[in-house]
Amino acid sequence: MNTSNIQHHASLHRQMMMAKVGERALEFLMVLICFVTLYPVWYTVVISLNESADTMLGGIYWWPRKFTLDSYKAVFMDKNIIKAFNITIWRTLIATVGSVFFISMVAYAFSKRHLMGHKFYMMLGTITMFFGGGLIPYFILIKNIGLYDTFWVYVIPGLFNFWNALIFISFFREIPAALEESAHIDGANDFTIFLKIILPISTPVLATIALFVGVWNWNDYFMGVIFVNNPDLQPIQTFLYRVIASATASRAVVAMPVGISGGQVNSQSVQLATMVVTTAPIIVIYPFLQKYFVKGIMIGSIKG
Amino acid sequence: MRKSIWQTFKEQRHLQIMALLGVVWMLVFNYAPMYGIIVAFKKNYKITESLFSFSFLKTPWADANGFQHFINFIKDPEFGNILANTLGMSILKLVIGFPLPIAFAILLNELRSPRFKRWVQTISYLPHFLSWVVLGGILTTWLSNTGLINQLLILAGFTKEGITFLAEPKYFWGIVVISDIWKELGWSAIIYLAAIVGIDPDLYEAATVDGASRFRQIFAITLPSIKGTITILFILAVGNLLNSNFDQILVLWNPLNATSSNVIDIYVYHVAMRSMRYSYASAIGLFKSVVAFFLLFMANRVTQKLNEVSLF
Repeated sequence: MNTSNIQHHASLHRQMMMAKVGERALEFLMVLICFVTLYPVWYTVVISLNESADTMLGGIYWWPRKFTLDSYKAVFMDKNIIKAFNITIWRTLIATVGSVFFISMVAYAFSKRHLMGHKFYMMLGTITMFFGGGLIPYFILIKNIGLYDTFWVYVIPGLFNFWNALIFISFFREIPAALEESAHIDGANDFTIFLKIILPISTPVLATIALFVGVWNWNDYFMGVIFVNNPDLQPIQTFLYRVIASATASRAVVAMPVGISGGQVNSQSVQLATMVVTTAPIIVIYPFLQKYFVKGIMIGSIKG
Repeated sequence: MRKSIWQTFKEQRHLQIMALLGVVWMLVFNYAPMYGIIVAFKKNYKITESLFSFSFLKTPWADANGFQHFINFIKDPEFGNILANTLGMSILKLVIGFPLPIAFAILLNELRSPRFKRWVQTISYLPHFLSWVVLGGILTTWLSNTGLINQLLILAGFTKEGITFLAEPKYFWGIVVISDIWKELGWSAIIYLAAIVGIDPDLYEAATVDGASRFRQIFAITLPSIKGTITILFILAVGNLLNSNFDQILVLWNPLNATSSNVIDIYVYHVAMRSMRYSYASAIGLFKSVVAFFLLFMANRVTQKLNEVSLF
């Protein structure tokens, strides 16, 4: 055994030690990132479950000190909040089903290269990805065509989107032509083929787009702020926005406990409870749909 | 024998109807607003006028050959401040927020345990699914004078009285940049992770045999392999410099922090919705789009020269 061999051995050992330390440090960093990600959400839940007068004293970090469901009771007793939840649920359902059906239908036709005018249709769509009229001309249009202050403003303007259509088009072009040909011979028309053959085998893309459209509709507050005036048509996110916006300026200066039911529940804890109720469905669902949205982003990125 | 156009159309009629429904939708919701840009060159558009009427076209044009509103915007006393706020926050987001997801994706890929990796990934997507309103609610709670941040600052002895973060302009940019990174770090990393997964594993094996440490491999293999993805996303980010995240800023905006929170998008919104000056607001919006397109074009040119990757 010569010395160089021993030295080599020692340096290899050191390298492995370094790698181990590096790995531990990396794991620690990742746990830290997870903590920073989760804690604000956890804290919101904790405060929403704590007695609001007690919350004002401060010092709550990990767990409710005086546990109560009063804020949640207040949320579900509030007629306006329930109304807003209803709007959110309906707009999300209708917009998602309608838009996934409409985009896939148009995309199916666009995906056919033998279609007369195919190139023109694709060009019309591609231009919309890079150019638009901007917010104000869009607002004027919505006013002009009579969608302003109606429920349908949540549905119809969001029905189509060429980015999502491209994801469908690239998927449809992978489908073997033989599937459609045999149906053609049996005398089925193109719409029937789309409905009976194409849609059932497209569930992965349908789920991906439905997830994107669904989450967007559920979380959107801006449409309700700008295109709707009638408070009965506000979705829950818009309702929350109005509460937060009116409170921001004042609460930024002094915290104001506003009694709702005998001082037990203040506006802030009701607001937090509403936020938790609003967010819970998505948070519960998204981990199970992870593979769909990851796939959607990947297809989108290859195309885009 | 060649079929006539009419015959082909009749054979394709189901597909054609499906396609044309989409075309009609695009004409109404994408192309009609583009036509509506004319409003920016009109003297003073009123919301009661229909874009599609003959009388609308006959309404008077703005002075200076229709460009008066654009000139007014550049002369607007708010102009400098709005531009500074818009660019300031966007550039901070670009400089800090753009590299972080790349670093996160690379580090995530270095994790040995697939189970641990999957957990971290799933958790990191969570904030993306919160709406900006909900995050705005969390932020106003945390940053109020009695909120969590102030409780901690007082506990640590940094301050005696609670700081009203959202009422002071000097904190606004920081709040916007940090909350944006918090929300989108994990989500933005997805695209890089996908690119990293596509790298040929043989490259790493060969490097290991050559004695390259994992740290060296990141710079020698991983980063060069995802250069194309990084470049394209960078070009798009530069093209978006003038687009503030409207959803985010509208929630956090209030009159007290306006001097540092008034961005172009917010200004357009206020000019139109509060002052009803639709022509002026449209002109500002158009100004923004034109500059944004120019930026996108320039970024594309520069990256094309530097490393032969381009968007178009």
